[in-house]
Amino acid sequence: MLTRRTLIASALAAPAAAQVDLGFADNGLRPTTSAFPQKGTMILQRSSPPLLETPISIFDAHDFTPNDRFFVRWHYPFPTSVDPARHRLRISGHVGKPLSLSLADLARLPRVTLAAVNQCAGNGRGLFAPRMAGAQWGNGAMGNALWEGVRLKDVLALAGVKAGAVAVRCGGLDAPLVETAPDFEKSLPIDHAMSDDVMIAWGMNGASLPLLNGFPLRLVVPGWYSTYWVKMLDHIEVLAKPDEGFWMAKAYLQPANALADIAPGAPAGPRVPVTIMRPRALITNIGDGAKLPARDFTPVQGVALGGDQGVKTVELSADGGRSWVPAQLGPDHGRYSFRRFRSALPLLPGRHIVMARAINAAGVTQPLTQNWNPSGYNRAGVDPVRVEIG
Amino acid sequence: MRLVLALASMVLLAAAPPTKRLAVALPDAEGLLPERYGVSADAANNNCLACHSSAMITAQPRLTRMQWGETIAKMRTVYGAPIDPADDKAILDWLVAD
Repeated sequence: MLTRRTLIASALAAPAAAQVDLGFADNGLRPTTSAFPQKGTMILQRSSPPLLETPISIFDAHDFTPNDRFFVRWHYPFPTSVDPARHRLRISGHVGKPLSLSLADLARLPRVTLAAVNQCAGNGRGLFAPRMAGAQWGNGAMGNALWEGVRLKDVLALAGVKAGAVAVRCGGLDAPLVETAPDFEKSLPIDHAMSDDVMIAWGMNGASLPLLNGFPLRLVVPGWYSTYWVKMLDHIEVLAKPDEGFWMAKAYLQPANALADIAPGAPAGPRVPVTIMRPRALITNIGDGAKLPARDFTPVQGVALGGDQGVKTVELSADGGRSWVPAQLGPDHGRYSFRRFRSALPLLPGRHIVMARAINAAGVTQPLTQNWNPSGYNRAGVDPVRVEIG
Repeated sequence: MRLVLALASMVLLAAAPPTKRLAVALPDAEGLLPERYGVSADAANNNCLACHSSAMITAQPRLTRMQWGETIAKMRTVYGAPIDPADDKAILDWLVAD
């Protein structure tokens, strides 16, 4: 029996948390939380293992997502206390000399700093129609940071990759509770692992990685989805055969076309690992369904990423995509970084649908139509924003 | 002044690797799944919350009984969840009682 007294008592025991509406067709309300270590206010998707989403307003205010607002995603439990002085990175497998490296060992290699977007392959999953099971992210399972560390290829060179290597498998300190569950490990093709941009980072926006973002070391794979950016990195195995492990061969697979697009209900067809991110633009200063006062020009701004290429252009449309106007781009922090954009549209009183699309340096244009696949990966289409003026 | 600021930011960005232990405490999880329209959540609570907290379930969109059945099968076969097959019906009854 719910009485006024029990209502008051429960309100005292657990004050109603602030909620955000992620705009899903169903079940899109989420509480916010400030209870997680080294984190400010985040959208709570799941406490354990943590799934914490960045509020869109953070992207509206920063080129580099602050560490204490950066999204968090873990599959398995992980240590909550890590001593970097004792942490070792083991290099094994198809190498001349297996190694166990301390952070001090790594620090002797040439340092690199790179701006790059880290985005979950399932970012925006909750916005798909029809819906699918999985972490129900809005568009805040992404962030941009200045990563600092060393090149993976320089670390591999210390161990000496032997001829015939095909892939590099990376894993961290996280481990499943159930022993038979597959350890979370991800692989990069050897050529990619040996490229200049893949990093082992200990620094994020001028500070150490927060524990929830992979302290003390994480892989940084610019242009590729976050699933490869292994956190709490502690082992790297050079493989002479393709990785047949669960997390490469069975999970994080998408339909084998660039947009990962199939019709709902259609046979899955051939599937390949998710890899390169698509160009995306996200309007950050107007929430979907917002009511704004009439004025000559309505400011529209947001954030874009180019995938594995820089953002060349961001365009806006308020007529369903018949005409587009270019937005002004903010500072260029490099091809893998967020690029903020701003413009102002002459919106008359009434209802409008505002759209932003990104075009990257390779000429790949964000499509108007949303793609779809059964796992909700690689959301690539324009996210329209409905707005009422006046 | 500008030069000093620029130097300061470079020093900030040239962060050395961490040397000190970092220890954190994680908050409590969301708690148990509630009864839905008289359907007990006991089976779901007993079988599902060892590996993930309850919000993983309550955050999902409306899924069919068949979709939830596939999810239980995945938890069992892929992740080794020791879900008692005798509990499947009670878990499914609760999941679709939304």
